[in-house]
Amino acid sequence: MLKKNIIKQLSIFVNNEPGSLASIALVLKECGINLKAFNIAESSGFGVLRAIADDPEGACRVLRERNIVVKQTDVIAVSVEDQPGGLFRIANIMGDAKINIEYAYAYTGRNGPSIFLRVDDPEAAAAAVKRAGMVCLSQKDI
Amino acid sequence: MFWNPDAECKPIEDLKKAQYRSLKTLIMRLYEFNDFYRNKMKAAGVRPDDITCLEDISKLPFMTKSDLRDNYPTKMFSIPTKDVVRYHVSSGTTGKPTLVGYNRHDLDYWTESLARAMTSVGITSDDTVQVSYGYGLFTGGLGLHYGAERIGASVLPSSTGNTERQIELMIDLGVTVIACTPSYLIHMGDVAERMGVDFRRDTCLRKALLGAEPWTEGMRAQIENGLGIDAYDIYGTSELAGPMFTECAERNGLHIWGDIAYIEVVDPETHEVLGPGQRGELVITMLNKETFPLVRYMIKDVTAILDEKCACGRTSPRIERISGRTDDMLIIRGINVFPSQIEHVLLMNPSVNGHYQIIVDRVNSLDVMTLQAEINPEAFSDKMEDVVAIKRRIENDMKKYLNVSVKVELKESGSLPRFEGKARRVTDRRKY
Ligand SMILES: [Zn+2]
Repeated sequence: MLKKNIIKQLSIFVNNEPGSLASIALVLKECGINLKAFNIAESSGFGVLRAIADDPEGACRVLRERNIVVKQTDVIAVSVEDQPGGLFRIANIMGDAKINIEYAYAYTGRNGPSIFLRVDDPEAAAAAVKRAGMVCLSQKDI
Repeated sequence: MFWNPDAECKPIEDLKKAQYRSLKTLIMRLYEFNDFYRNKMKAAGVRPDDITCLEDISKLPFMTKSDLRDNYPTKMFSIPTKDVVRYHVSSGTTGKPTLVGYNRHDLDYWTESLARAMTSVGITSDDTVQVSYGYGLFTGGLGLHYGAERIGASVLPSSTGNTERQIELMIDLGVTVIACTPSYLIHMGDVAERMGVDFRRDTCLRKALLGAEPWTEGMRAQIENGLGIDAYDIYGTSELAGPMFTECAERNGLHIWGDIAYIEVVDPETHEVLGPGQRGELVITMLNKETFPLVRYMIKDVTAILDEKCACGRTSPRIERISGRTDDMLIIRGINVFPSQIEHVLLMNPSVNGHYQIIVDRVNSLDVMTLQAEINPEAFSDKMEDVVAIKRRIENDMKKYLNVSVKVELKESGSLPRFEGKARRVTDRRKY
């Protein structure tokens, strides 16, 4: 089963106002939610905080209780030896497999550096990564 | 100088007699031929016989914007639609538009009213008038256009937008008079400065007729000193016909031609008729309107009647500059918008939850409206462009349905204030 290669990312809506991100960080801290990796995308007026947490299900629940707009998004994490070359290799693999990368961000954990990828078909992407001889991390590897 | 001295300078007692005759004829005709108005009179328990003097007008029921909206499009018309020669449309309070119609006679007194008004501020057939109000469903452009044509002025129908070109044409054609919103003229001044154009040195502009939005003596001084011109206030709404009335050269209130309209000012709470000089809500009766009735219409503008004789010799009563609204209508770049309309359009979009805030600012002399709306958690996406698309769609809907440019800011749900009782969703930070 390829399902184990899917990682649940938290996508959190952030008002683009001074202090918004800080207040979300405070809520995460109060609820004991530990972020392994995160990335922020901004547009005029709002932003999206994309984060990988230990317990995405639990984190989602407590954030919703605090009225924070949050969504779980399927991403994959690919282990790479070095990040710049690794990203180039992954981009080529996805290109060959005709899979579109929405966005990507890097992270270094206990299993070395890896890259998180949001793609239109995560399962096909994970299969393509494996065929190319690279390794997808599972939730417990993060 | 007078356009129609007999009408404009009629002794006040004669004017009042003529007003009574017009009112009596109007009410008898409406009671006989207009189902909407007969039902309204019956509901109020008034008959035409009860009107025996001008003051008896207070026995008649008020009309409001909802009368026009509820009878959309032509249900309250007194004439067959084949006799209508023009329609104008403004957006209504809850999505349904307000439609007004004119027969030849209605267009005639509208134009006559503006011919008198323009003459009263010294505009003549020697002038070139640039009409920078919107042409189309809005009454401003076409109204001023025909008024200026009637006095024999040369008319430049430049409408709104493309400010640089408007300034070039103003210079090339030797425009002497402009009609537009006061904030647009200030904006024009700013653009001219960037173009290296000095209004005093490079243009022949000497007068401006400014209206369709609230303004103050402070703005008048800014415009007159900045551009070296005389600026006059103009007033009217599409329900009356369009812009119709201006100040005269004395600049001591707007003359409301007594043979065309009868004005009252009432207490906004009790609806009791107030005396001259007392500020309240303006109520207008259009004495000669034929297409549809407009009797004791509550126009929601705040003013006071000035009845002492004007030094110009005109006998019609005047009203002081409009100082506010008794409802929550906003005027954004000359376009009337109600928060309820914005709410109505917003609620058509399932991606937001219906909580909102409106903030109005004035940036570089132009109104900027920001709409803050809460995104629905289900509509949220981790992809930036999906969320940006929600914002764009709301902005496009506002432009499409309300004809206003709105900047939308999406907020997380629960972040905007909630109200118990009367909501205060509008913050108007403009300074007049
Ligand atoms: Zn006067």
